[in-house]
Amino acid sequence: MKLMNAETVRLWLDDRVGIGSIAAVASKKEIPVHRHSIWYYFGGMTLFLFSVQVGTGILLLLYYRPSAETAFESVQFIVTEVKFGWLIRSVHSWSANLMIATLFIHMFSVYFMRAYRRPREMTWLSGVMLLLLAVAFGFSGYLLPWNKLAFFATKVGTEIAGVIPLVGRPMLRFLRGGDDVTGATLTRFFGFHVAVLPAITTVIIGAHLALVQMHGMSVPPGLEGQNIKKMKFFPNFFLRDAIGWVLAIGALAALAALFPWELGEKADAFASAPAGIRPEWYFLFMFQTLKLIPPKILSFDGEVIGILAFGVGGLMLFILPFLDNPGKPRRRIFIVIGVIVVLYIIALTIIGYLG
Amino acid sequence: MKPNSMAAKDAKNRFRAFKLVPLIALLLFGTVSAQKKNSCVECHSQMEVALSEPVRLSKGDVHDARGLSCVDCHRGDATKDAMAAAMDRRKGFIGKPKPADLPAFCGKCHSNAEFMKTFNPGLRVDQEREYSTSVHGKLLKGGDTKVATCVTCHGDHGIRAIKDPLSKVFALNVAETCGSCHANGEYMKSYNIPHDQFEKYKTSVHAKALYDKQDLSAPTCNDCHGNHGAAPPGLASVANVCGQCHVRQASLFQSNPHKTVFALMQVGECIQCHSNHGITPPSDEMLGVGDKSACTQCHGQGDSGYAAAEKMKTRMDEMSASISRSNEILNRAERAGMEVSKPKFDLNEAKDALTQARVIVHTFSTDELDKVINPGLDISNKGYNAGGAALAELSFRRKGLAGSLFFILLFAALIYLKVRDVEKRQALQKQA
Repeated sequence: MKLMNAETVRLWLDDRVGIGSIAAVASKKEIPVHRHSIWYYFGGMTLFLFSVQVGTGILLLLYYRPSAETAFESVQFIVTEVKFGWLIRSVHSWSANLMIATLFIHMFSVYFMRAYRRPREMTWLSGVMLLLLAVAFGFSGYLLPWNKLAFFATKVGTEIAGVIPLVGRPMLRFLRGGDDVTGATLTRFFGFHVAVLPAITTVIIGAHLALVQMHGMSVPPGLEGQNIKKMKFFPNFFLRDAIGWVLAIGALAALAALFPWELGEKADAFASAPAGIRPEWYFLFMFQTLKLIPPKILSFDGEVIGILAFGVGGLMLFILPFLDNPGKPRRRIFIVIGVIVVLYIIALTIIGYLG
Repeated sequence: MKPNSMAAKDAKNRFRAFKLVPLIALLLFGTVSAQKKNSCVECHSQMEVALSEPVRLSKGDVHDARGLSCVDCHRGDATKDAMAAAMDRRKGFIGKPKPADLPAFCGKCHSNAEFMKTFNPGLRVDQEREYSTSVHGKLLKGGDTKVATCVTCHGDHGIRAIKDPLSKVFALNVAETCGSCHANGEYMKSYNIPHDQFEKYKTSVHAKALYDKQDLSAPTCNDCHGNHGAAPPGLASVANVCGQCHVRQASLFQSNPHKTVFALMQVGECIQCHSNHGITPPSDEMLGVGDKSACTQCHGQGDSGYAAAEKMKTRMDEMSASISRSNEILNRAERAGMEVSKPKFDLNEAKDALTQARVIVHTFSTDELDKVINPGLDISNKGYNAGGAALAELSFRRKGLAGSLFFILLFAALIYLKVRDVEKRQALQKQA
């Protein structure tokens, strides 16, 4: 019997799943090359870090036990007893944070390059949904080691959600699985983190990628109509993407080995809240804002106003493509607002860390 | 009846009723003023400071708060305005009691269980009897009026409950109250006893707990000497006094040879090593044969006690050093980001063993000490090994990182070369 060579395998697969047509599409796909091309890599990087999350998350699932009595001990077991468990857990935690960071960069690059313009409105909407899903992954995953800091941060975080008028209280009870943060909250967050959120995310990532393929890469408005150089997606852009991914693996390995993610002390509902309690860095600007808002603004509760303001901000972000009239030329006001928002987020995050 | 005449009658009735108001008010006022009349206060509050002071002090007095007034102690008739009638000795007026009469004066109520029960069923009523057994009580009976009586410690007017922080006998104030006489060299001269107890006490571990940590359960004068029955504990009862709190140490001391020897030598059991009023925090230095050793007060080189003391100190030092070594390596591993919370928690058992060993030394038996030290050392060594393993793991990770980074960067470089190669070929194809 003859040994099958690569070409035989390709033909065999082409007959059955039509990989030839996929390859034909990939070979035709092109990426514009200009001075802002660097920002195109952040979407792929976010997707790569997400796949690292899926891989390491599945490995952690083999040992993690989601209950108030066993969660902390199981993570402790993973990082001390399981071979390379420390590496998997640290990479999972670091990669989560890097993914949120690249996601923010990706979103702001799309914002500043106005890549949300017609016909890419739905791509933007699905992207904002993915951002919300990513922070929901972060919020739910933060509690899972069941340590003191996570316990109190979740308590504060869900309390903030509870302040929202009308829906706040039912939402708080839904998130916590009761009035307080307990083992029921942990089990619930685990369910969100490993089942509900991944299922929704898979669908929306699929839609987001399909839309990106359908519309191709957007060119910044200032460069439209110019004769822009192009690069083949496969293999040119893909290999460049791959260099970034390999370097990301190196960065994750270095972070995990040199700065292993801390486990802290086991959560204790009867202990007093640790000093300097604060949420993950990507929530810090909102947390810091709520701290700075006076308790009363006129006769309204300052915290409620702050939360509603963030709600309105989120809604504006969501409907951005419909606010920025595509018929008009480059609108400076959106650039100014974007710069102010970025500076505000950076400044408040720094103040949050220093304070 | 006509409507007009009816209205006139109503108005007349209302007027009659109105005329009764001043009468009722007068009667009520008379009753109230009769109940509240206290000619003692009325007159004394107008007098010179020495005589008006009791009125001022009585505000806040525990007796005043419970509705007792001057006549309840001093007798007489406070409803009379005339001094002679109010302070009529034929009516039982006592005036200022003599020091010798004070225990009985206060005891009239405080020794009466039936009466005291009406205020506080839990209050003791044996203070007068206890006082008669005290050094103070005995000297007073012998005619010495300089000694402390009830009012010396509790005050005369302005007596406060013992739980009141303003009371002279509140836990934080007791030593100062006793010291007001006992620290006064001039006052204590005739008794020929030391007057440095208060100064020494202030330097003691007990005073540190009481004053610095505000631990009201920490012992002060009355916890060792008694309060109403205050007396220095005899040599034979010192261990019982200390044993009230230091139960385990006292019980271990009872079953070792030092007990008999100390009795023969006529030395106080605990105080021989720990002293009495100026008890400093115990340290391992008190063991062994060093400068601060308590053992070398009696034991000399060559005797078995000296050898035992030396061995016990060596073992204690070994244990302390082992724990601090383990602690240090685990902290180092923790600072480097390694997860060592479990071995750190386990090391607490070794620290507990060291604390237990410091109690067990009261058996003065090296065998008994070994029974505690050896398992403690095992636990401490496990902690050290865990710390060492964590640091070794850290080193392995760093080496592993260096190795993997080499291959990762090499791989990235190869992809880069591949990109260049692909693009060169594409450019050539384009040209062709």
